[in-house]
Amino acid sequence: MIEQEVTIRNRAGLHTRPAAAIVKLAARYQSEFFIEKDSFQINGKSIIGVMTLAAEQGSKLLIRFDGSDEKEACDAMVELFESGFGEPP
Amino acid sequence: MEQTIKQEVKLKGIPASPGIAIGPVFLFRKHEPIILMRTIAASEVEQEVERLRSAVARSKKELTKVFEFAEQKLGVEQSKIFEAQLLILEDAILFEVVYERLQRERKNAEYLVKDEMEKYHQIMMTSKDEYARERADDLLDVENRILRNLEEQKLISKIEGTHVIISHNLAAADTLIFSRNDVLAYVTELGGATSHMALLARALKIPAVVGIHQLISLIQPDDQVVVDGYSGAVVLNPTAETLRFYEKKKIQYHAFEDALAPLRDLTPETLDGHRVKLAANIELEEELEFIKMQGAEGIGLYRTESLLIGKEIFPSEDEQYEVYHRIAESVFPNHAIIRTFDIGGDKFIAQAMKENNPFLGWRGIRVMLDKPQIFLDQLRAILRASTLKNLAIMLPMVTSIKEVKLGKQLIGQAKDDLRAQKIPFDENLRLGVMIEVPAAAIIADHIAREVNFLSIGTNDLIQYLLAGDRGNEIVSDLFQEFHPAVIRFLRRIIERGKEGHAWVGMCGQMAGDPLATILLVGLGLNEFSVVPTVLPEIKKIIRSIHYTEAQHVAERVLTMQSEDEIKAFLKHLMKHKFPDIPIG
Repeated sequence: MIEQEVTIRNRAGLHTRPAAAIVKLAARYQSEFFIEKDSFQINGKSIIGVMTLAAEQGSKLLIRFDGSDEKEACDAMVELFESGFGEPP
Repeated sequence: MEQTIKQEVKLKGIPASPGIAIGPVFLFRKHEPIILMRTIAASEVEQEVERLRSAVARSKKELTKVFEFAEQKLGVEQSKIFEAQLLILEDAILFEVVYERLQRERKNAEYLVKDEMEKYHQIMMTSKDEYARERADDLLDVENRILRNLEEQKLISKIEGTHVIISHNLAAADTLIFSRNDVLAYVTELGGATSHMALLARALKIPAVVGIHQLISLIQPDDQVVVDGYSGAVVLNPTAETLRFYEKKKIQYHAFEDALAPLRDLTPETLDGHRVKLAANIELEEELEFIKMQGAEGIGLYRTESLLIGKEIFPSEDEQYEVYHRIAESVFPNHAIIRTFDIGGDKFIAQAMKENNPFLGWRGIRVMLDKPQIFLDQLRAILRASTLKNLAIMLPMVTSIKEVKLGKQLIGQAKDDLRAQKIPFDENLRLGVMIEVPAAAIIADHIAREVNFLSIGTNDLIQYLLAGDRGNEIVSDLFQEFHPAVIRFLRRIIERGKEGHAWVGMCGQMAGDPLATILLVGLGLNEFSVVPTVLPEIKKIIRSIHYTEAQHVAERVLTMQSEDEIKAFLKHLMKHKFPDIPIG
């Protein structure tokens, strides 16, 4: 099991496009994937779940992977967050 | 085995569509607010899984169409909503859980979908973040779409045999679904006589009665019912005597209608040679044969928004062209007037922007001018279909000259488009305008100079004039065709239309009211466009009077001060001249 803290970098926050990107990326990996915000946890492979997070710019989230490919999955996801989902900062 | 004789109950509603029907009831409930939880048998599970899969697949198909349409025609902002909804529909986890629970708990699909989605919905709705709250609406929309698709499958198989459909209310889309099955009649608790459902029922020649409150509480599943769409009477569990009475009435009315058939080929002309045009209002292509049978001189109003019923996106230019082309061919050499989409803006705006007062809001030509992409599709389609030179365009709910000029500009643009593509059309395509807003009535002379014809839409005009909603059965008494203000307005519109060298017709309900015919002829109306069922009656009246006489009637009526006085006068006149025409 791997945990990592990430920050929302882009101005618009976790709206539909980034949410879709997260879910699409997570689907590539076998590991279970959860996102936690202020002790509220959702399944990161569910777009509805990610949408409920409603995270704005600057918020800190905890991502958690559990499975055989957890390392690769986590690295990839961290990179996605760091890039601000390819959107303006 | 002896069955308990059920009590006969006589009820009275507002007659909405003529005809008499006798048969078993079918109680139609739409959108059950409470989704009932059912346990299903182990053997049914596979079927239920399949039912859910196809409901989801259909929902995806629908949403994809809507998304693409929104992207192309409405812009990126509007389409984003549907993009989000499509993603929700494809949420891996949600459906994984639902299917798993289906197998394990053996509950029905509706319940499980609602239960699972409710959990997310709750969280989103109470979020402090606006984005999350908006997604809550999307979630609900997707949920309703899936539930509707689940239900629709059940609905269509349920109706076997012919029934009288009883419902609290019926949206236009519902009436269409039912009409594909054999329906004897419609009866609803809500509604006024000019509601959309009533219009459709008349078009489909299905008897209908509306406005019987508390009807549903009196109905039981196997009840028999008589529906009299002429008088508005509805009788539950009729006695043998009552049945005989209505069978007789049915025969009488058929005989009356048959007697009018020979009028078909005669011209609508008064005894002293004053000629008017007598055309038909239609909504559906299915009516084309019938209007010919009734002797219509073409179509005075084709309501194109009927092409939108039950659909989420506008039909393409090509799809529309096919329909308009068929109509043009069918009525040739007579003419057909095609009214551009007359819809409320609620088709385009998000939940959050719902108008408080849609009748006074964004609808009719206003919407089309704001959505030129969609408007141009329709204009090009009509132009393409105009090669037989028997079509005309009519613009709804015009309020100002500016709107007419903008409309003409767009028509000009559509013509340029087609010329560039070397597609033929009628260069002299006629243009007309609906006069249904009081302001337009008052400047009718100015408007008339810009167009070829005016058509008076009394349904809405009277609503706006008398401030009464025609669909609201509580104030349906306020809707008075014979209010002196209405008569004065009609006189004004007709005079001013002529000043501006436009002919003036009427496509509202009033044109088809036999009580109004002599008055309207006398006021100088050039064209009557009516529901095809009443065509022969109206023609009979026109052919039996002198124009000079009708003019005197109009002058008399214009001096009267109340609706009661006017109606009494006209009723007396009609009873005297046409004792066998049923005046309501």
